[in-house]
Amino acid sequence: MRYRYFPGCTLKGQAKNMEDTTLLSARALGIELEELPDWQCCGAVYPLYEDELISLLSPVRTLAAAEGEPLVSLCAACHHVLKRAQALMQRNEEARTKVTDHLEVEYSGEGRVLHFLEVLRDDLGFDKLAEMIKKPLEGKKVAAYYGCLLLRPSKEMQFDDPENPTIMEDFLKALGAEVVKSPYRIECCGAYLSVTEEGVARDTVDKIIDSARNVGAEALITACPLCSYNLENCAKDEGKEPIKIYYFSELLAEAMGLQFKQLVSAAKERRAQQK
Amino acid sequence: MTTETGKTRLIDDMKAYSGQDPNCCYQCTKCSAACPVSAAMDLMPHQIIRYLQMGLIDELAESKTPWICASCFTCAARCPRDIDLARMMEGVRLFMLRRRGGNKFGPADLTPEQLEKLPQQALVSGFRKYNK
Repeated sequence: MRYRYFPGCTLKGQAKNMEDTTLLSARALGIELEELPDWQCCGAVYPLYEDELISLLSPVRTLAAAEGEPLVSLCAACHHVLKRAQALMQRNEEARTKVTDHLEVEYSGEGRVLHFLEVLRDDLGFDKLAEMIKKPLEGKKVAAYYGCLLLRPSKEMQFDDPENPTIMEDFLKALGAEVVKSPYRIECCGAYLSVTEEGVARDTVDKIIDSARNVGAEALITACPLCSYNLENCAKDEGKEPIKIYYFSELLAEAMGLQFKQLVSAAKERRAQQK
Repeated sequence: MTTETGKTRLIDDMKAYSGQDPNCCYQCTKCSAACPVSAAMDLMPHQIIRYLQMGLIDELAESKTPWICASCFTCAARCPRDIDLARMMEGVRLFMLRRRGGNKFGPADLTPEQLEKLPQQALVSGFRKYNK
């Protein structure tokens, strides 16, 4: 299984461990992720006004660079922006003409745009994944935290049921974890409010963490670097047992039996290739 | 003070560029019930639409609400009229941001600690949302 891969800015910085653990696990699973050459940041937020064409240049350039092949990203925000930019290119001819003319590329909305979790669910299959797990996460109580960007708006994202998603729980089951369901798993963490209104993000994060703690979760998984940052940095905890925040891929690598040493050497090897 | 033309332009742009017509809303308040950050708002999400319906643009410009909205799209997911309030909020923000000197937040507003800690994604999205 071969895919074009768009990392995005944060995966080369603060969320490098999401990239490292995914690439190593993907290799062990026989999933080839070929990084797009000369990619640029997706812009992190999808432009909600359709005259903000300048914000579409970067994601459309990325979509066109995939040359119609399936395009995979790991960061929830990158996937959100790419998927919605694709939907816009399909439905708004005027925007498409302006953007592609400016970029001097041909693109009319073709190609599958996938999150890595969708690759595991739809192309590999969670049954197959479960068979390839070497060190099941037995007895580890883990809750899924979806956040916003993968699920909404569901008409465009088509990721899962927006009110009652199951993909992350099914993923955790395949890893052998004990899945607990937290009521606040689809609530917003406050996103970029941690930049301008940190107090608001602290309140939203507190509810999410408390909700997971109340159902007995020891850990939460996320696919978004900003969710991860907020959950780790904005939780008040106040004398309560803190909850460990993982990228979904960190638990994947752990359950695949991949060691930290292998992770480091694979990451080094990859960086050497890129130079 | 927003001129009559400015007010009309906000609504016209909203219809043209976000496909949203405030007059489609019947004020059931589901958006406000769904909003995870409404506690920090001075106008509830459904009130933003009501103000748009009534053309109270100067009053909207004074409100904290559009800057508290985190574009999580929960309001849109729950709306029985299939209205995307997240897009309307964006319209109000852009109306303010596109004025001369309308930027809400810039690199100079970041503390050294924030620069050290915040993930790239937070900085890019923050600037995209609060700065034009």
